[in-house]
Amino acid sequence: MNWRRVVDRVSEILIFTVALVAIAIILLIFVYVGREAFPLVTGTAEGLTLASPFTAPYTWQPVSNTPKYNVFPLILGTIKVTIIAMLIATPLALAAALYTSEFAPRGLREWIKPAIELLAGIPSVVLGFFALMVLATWVQAGFHIAYRLNALTAGIALAFAIIPIIYTVSEDAMTAVPRLYREASLALGASKGQTAVRVILPAAIPGIAAAIVLGFGRAIGETMIVLMVSGNSATWSLDPTNPVRTLSATIAAEMAEAVFGSGHYRILFFIGSLLFIITGVLNWMGERFNRRLRERLFGSS
Amino acid sequence: MNKLGDRFFLILTLFATLIVLAMLGIIVGNIAYHGTARLSWQFITAAPENGMTAGGIFPAIYGTVSLVLLMSLAAVPFGVLVAIYFAEYARPESRLYRWTRMAVNNLAGVPSIVFGLFGLGFFIQSLGRTIDQAFYPGRLLYGQPSILWAAMTMAVLTLPVVIITVEETLRSVPREYREASLALGATRFQTVFRVVLPQAWSGVMTGSILAISRGAGEVAPVLFTGAAYFLPRLPAHPADQFMHLGYHIWVLTTQSTNVEETKPLLYSTVFVLLVLTFLLNITAILIRNRLRRGGTDRQ
Repeated sequence: MNWRRVVDRVSEILIFTVALVAIAIILLIFVYVGREAFPLVTGTAEGLTLASPFTAPYTWQPVSNTPKYNVFPLILGTIKVTIIAMLIATPLALAAALYTSEFAPRGLREWIKPAIELLAGIPSVVLGFFALMVLATWVQAGFHIAYRLNALTAGIALAFAIIPIIYTVSEDAMTAVPRLYREASLALGASKGQTAVRVILPAAIPGIAAAIVLGFGRAIGETMIVLMVSGNSATWSLDPTNPVRTLSATIAAEMAEAVFGSGHYRILFFIGSLLFIITGVLNWMGERFNRRLRERLFGSS
Repeated sequence: MNKLGDRFFLILTLFATLIVLAMLGIIVGNIAYHGTARLSWQFITAAPENGMTAGGIFPAIYGTVSLVLLMSLAAVPFGVLVAIYFAEYARPESRLYRWTRMAVNNLAGVPSIVFGLFGLGFFIQSLGRTIDQAFYPGRLLYGQPSILWAAMTMAVLTLPVVIITVEETLRSVPREYREASLALGATRFQTVFRVVLPQAWSGVMTGSILAISRGAGEVAPVLFTGAAYFLPRLPAHPADQFMHLGYHIWVLTTQSTNVEETKPLLYSTVFVLLVLTFLLNITAILIRNRLRRGGTDRQ
């Protein structure tokens, strides 16, 4: 066996090992985030168990004489902020995607896409800063809200962060619809608008579903924006003008103060595992939708 | 839908697009307007003074740059190898391919705060402690937050960015190049590393730049893996803590006792971070657009 073959073989083994390590990383994340929460299962986390985050009283009050670790207020807060963000981001991003893929002149199109990529490139701490300094004032004055920091402001700010992902994924899906579809529709006498709504949108629907699901996952996990503008108070309220606290912001705000190995520390890692699982499921759904889109448009994945 | 409806629909979607672009414009405009007011050379090159109300942010810039450089040392080679696996070695029907693909896609969707927890649980509490026990008995050196572990955490986070960008470029290299190389008797290794990869170096560049831009902007993963609010010295050792632009912004915005006094400098800090990430992103977009239009690098 000559030298060249040896190098070839060794490099091949190396590359396959690297692929295995990539799989190992995602497992390691789950294992090591879960491991710090595991004493909740064995009951060695200062008397806390896996049931503790879900039992009465329904309050999150980690720093008090009798700490209360109920996660329902946090889940409610997360859902509230996420829904507000989705309600704003989804129509805007989908309409912008439809405009870019169906109506925009070519020259304009080549400006819109990079501009939205730039929006995606704004660090979330910068979005949070802007929302705290400027947006919060506008929203408070515009809606006459008692609290400067509230779920509505956080939701609007969060929408900035997820518009790019919903836009990009759905625009890709719309552009992927073969030209033949458009030409056939136009040749039958349909207008551009009719083609967009009755032909392109239905054909791209799995891709649009993927975009929404992926945007949702991003919104649930996003941390810095909600940490800075949600007001960070875990209250039981459906009112969007009250301050809220989300799952992700709770980890960010409290981990630095939680004593290593304490019950509080374990619960925060438990919340992390919860986020990992939720976003993992959403991601998997997004992928399924995208695969269905490809099967539908091209007959194979 | 009649002609009027058509027109209405066009205007509606155009309006949505304009709103999104206006958001971008307002954010950038506001930060540029307030951020440039107190910006000076001294601000970029000096250390903070007087409880962050005077002086500059050099240590935070230095810390951020060191962080992303350390991060790239890990993320870029590893990401390129995974991309090579995807584009050159994997058989699409193999189980390894499907699992690796799933792992990378999932990695891209993990919330950044969970990476922070992973960095704390794996790199610091587990790997770091083990290193300390083995090499520095009785001392706490690597078993605590540091720039090394923050960079490794960030490397895991940015890995999918590198992989996806490089893979796309590798796939754009025409098949004929590989066939010609193999037909001339080159091994697969020679073909991949001497023929295909040199054609795709701009993809490696784009991937690295995008990863650096992402790594420079993310704050959640460094919250408890090594970033510090104020340090009198610059980090000089992998086990040192570091100051970080994004972390600095977060602490000053949310925990400062006199927001009005720190506000002008804070705006300048945000402006510096924004310019940094925008320059990186624009470079990446330009390289990629040229690439998509022109096919491979050499023409």
